[in-house]
Amino acid sequence: MKENSQDIIQSLESREYQYGFTTDIETETLPKGLNEDIVRAISSRKGEPEWMTEYRLKAFRHWQTMSLPTWAHLNIPPIDFQDIIYYAEPKQKKKLGSMDEVDPELKRTFDKLGIPLEEQMALAGVAVDAVMDSVSVKTTFRETLAEKGIIFCSISEAIREYPELVRKYLGSVVSYADNFYSALNAAVFSDGSFCYIPKGVRCPMELSTYFRINARGTGQFERTLIVADEGAYVSYLEGCTAPQRDENQLHAAVVEIVVERDAEVKYSTVQNWYPGDKEGKGGVYNFVTKRGICHENARLSWTQVETGSAITWKYPSCVLAGDNSVGEFYSVAMTNNYQQADTGTKMIHLGRNTRSRIVSKGISAGRSENSYRGLVKIGPKAENARNYSQCDSLLIGDKCGAHTFPHIDCRNKSAMLEHEATTSKISEDQLFYCNQRGISTEDAVGLIVNGYAREVLAKLPMEFAVEAQKLLAISLEGSVG
Amino acid sequence: MANGQQPNMLKIENLHASVGDKQILKGINLEVKAGEVHAIMGTNGSGKSTLASVLAGNEKFTVTEGKVTFLGENMLELPIEDRARKGLFLGFQYPVEIPGVTMANFMKIAVNEKRKYNGQQPLTAAEFLKLMREKSAIVELDSKLTARAVNEGFSGGEKKKNEIFQMAMLEPTLSILDETDSGLDIDALRIVATGVTRLKREDNATVVITHYQRLLDYIVPDYVHVLYKGRIIYSGDKSLALKLEKEGYDWLINDYKE
Repeated sequence: MKENSQDIIQSLESREYQYGFTTDIETETLPKGLNEDIVRAISSRKGEPEWMTEYRLKAFRHWQTMSLPTWAHLNIPPIDFQDIIYYAEPKQKKKLGSMDEVDPELKRTFDKLGIPLEEQMALAGVAVDAVMDSVSVKTTFRETLAEKGIIFCSISEAIREYPELVRKYLGSVVSYADNFYSALNAAVFSDGSFCYIPKGVRCPMELSTYFRINARGTGQFERTLIVADEGAYVSYLEGCTAPQRDENQLHAAVVEIVVERDAEVKYSTVQNWYPGDKEGKGGVYNFVTKRGICHENARLSWTQVETGSAITWKYPSCVLAGDNSVGEFYSVAMTNNYQQADTGTKMIHLGRNTRSRIVSKGISAGRSENSYRGLVKIGPKAENARNYSQCDSLLIGDKCGAHTFPHIDCRNKSAMLEHEATTSKISEDQLFYCNQRGISTEDAVGLIVNGYAREVLAKLPMEFAVEAQKLLAISLEGSVG
Repeated sequence: MANGQQPNMLKIENLHASVGDKQILKGINLEVKAGEVHAIMGTNGSGKSTLASVLAGNEKFTVTEGKVTFLGENMLELPIEDRARKGLFLGFQYPVEIPGVTMANFMKIAVNEKRKYNGQQPLTAAEFLKLMREKSAIVELDSKLTARAVNEGFSGGEKKKNEIFQMAMLEPTLSILDETDSGLDIDALRIVATGVTRLKREDNATVVITHYQRLLDYIVPDYVHVLYKGRIIYSGDKSLALKLEKEGYDWLINDYKE
C-alpha cells in the first residue's frame, strides 16, 4: 500500500491539468483528480476564509502520507483517487422532463416505499426544486429554529456566518489525521450540515437532512457537525430513502457530534445508497467516520439502519469523556447479493460511571458478507464503567457470511462488561407457518426480519421506522425462493 | 349437484407421499363434505401428521401419486399460501415462534391477505381490533397475548389456544387440527375443544387428528378413520373412537402387520 500511495503522489506531482481551472459555467464541475489546486479551488468556490483553506490543505498533505486501511473484512477493489471528480453541482446533471422518463424499476421501488410524488421526482432527478449533490441541503423551519437560537444550516454557510463556532469544534472529535478517509474528507468536503443547539434549549422538532448523490462519477464528501451545548437536546435524522442507480461512487463522510454537559443527542440514519446490481456490479462505496464526544452527564445515541451501498465501512462511536455520560449504538445492517458491510461501533470510556449499550443486528442474504466490528475500551480512570453488548446475526440462504469481531480493552478493574451474541437462520418451519396463514414467502421473510430488528427499529422516530421496515423488506427481494 | 347430494369440499384420491426415500402415505382416500367433522386416529408413525402437512403443502414432503381436490380445484398445484387463502387452515401440533412479530400484526397481515385473495377490501385498524377482541373471547385467550410476539414464550396451552384463535380469525372453510389436544391439561382441553365446536358451521368442515377419545367428547365426529402404515384401514362413526380407547388398535391392525 505504501508503494501505491507513493505512486499516486508521484503521478499526481507530475501530472499537468488538461482542463485548467477557468470556471466553466456549463459544467459546474471541477476536473477529475486531486491536488492542492483542487483543494484550493473547492475552498475558493465556497468563499471560505483563509483558515479553512489552510485546514483543508493541512489535511490534504497529511492524506498524501497515509495509506488505505486494510484491516476491515472487506474486499475493496482498487480505487483510483485521481479518477474522481471532487466537486460537482447538480445543474450539470440532465434533468428529466417528467416521471415518464424515470426508470420503471426505480419508480416501482418508490411506490413500494410510499414516497410522495414530489419527492419521487426529486429523487429521480426530475426538475423540481430539490437539493442534491454538493450544494447545500434544504434547511426547513429555519426561522422557527432561529427564534430559539438554534442554528441549522449548511456547513459552508456556517463556515462563513459562524466562523468562531465552526473553528472551535470542527475536527475536535474527528481530526483530519484520524484515518485515511477522514483526511480525504477534511481536504475536499463540499458540503454537509451544521447544527448548534444553545444552552438549555430543547430542539422542538426533529432535524433532518437528506444526503444525495446524483451526478455521475461524483465523489460525495459530506461533513456534518452537531453541537449540543450544555443541557440541550436534539434528535437528528440523516437519510437516503431511495436507491440511487449509478456507477460506483465513493462516499466518504465525516460526522462529528459534541455533546456538552447534561446535553443529549440522538442521531438516526437510514442508509440506502445504491447497493449495486444482482451480479455485484456498481454500487456506492461508503466509508464513513462518525464519532461523538460526551461530556459530563451527557448522552449520545446512534441508531442506524444500513441496507444500501456495495461496501460499507462505518463505526459510529462515542467518546465518553465526562463522568456519568452514556453512549448507545443500535444498528441493523443488512446485506444482500454481493454487498459487503463491516460496521459496528467504538465505546471509549474515559470518565467515571460511564455507561454504554450496543445492540447490533446483522442480516446477511445472497452472497453478501456482513461483519460486526466493535471496540469497548475502558480507560484507567473510568471507575465503575458499564457496557452491555449484544451482537446478533441472521443468515438467509447458505452462500452469505456473518462475522463478529468484538474487541475489549479494559484498564480498570471496577468495570463491568457483558457481551451476548447469537447467530440464527430463518427456518423452513417459520416460513411454512407464515405460508400456511396465507402470507407469501417474500412477505414472510420481510416480517421475520423486521421482527428480528424490532428492538433497533423501535429506537427510530415513527415515520422513519415505518420507512425502514419497508426498506428491509424491499432490500431482501429475490433473496429466497 | 345434479344428484342432489352435497358436493365434496375435499376429495383425496390414492394419495402417496414420501420424505426422502421413505414412503409415508401409501394411498389415502377420503372425502369431506361441508358441515362434517372427521377424526383421524392411529398409532404413532402411522402418517397422521404427514397427511396434515401434505394437505397444507409442506415442501418437506413429496407427493408421488394421487390427487387432492379442494373446492373443485386441484389443490396440489396451489402454492401453500393460496391453499390457506382459499380457506384451508392447519392447526399446528408444534406452533412456531416468530420473535419480534406481534400476534396482532401477524394476524392483520394474514386476515388481509385472505381478504385480498377473495376480492375484499382490507379491514381497517378499528374493524380488525374489534374482530380480534371478539375472536379471542372464543378461546378465552388473554388479550395481552395478542400484543406479544407470535408464540414466543407462550406456554403449551397458550400456544394451542392461539392456534384456535387464529382459526377463528381466519374463518377457514376446512380446518385440519393436528393433535391440538396434545400437551393440554383438562381445562385447556375443554377451552380449546369448545372453541372449535363454537366455530363449527354448516358451510365449514373440520378434520381432527388425535390420539385420544377424550377430545372427541367435545368435538363430536361424524366419522372416525383409523390410519395405519399410510392407509386408512378402517372407518366408522363415533363409537369406533370409544372402542379404540377401550381395546386399542391390535384387533384392527393384526391383519396388516408384516
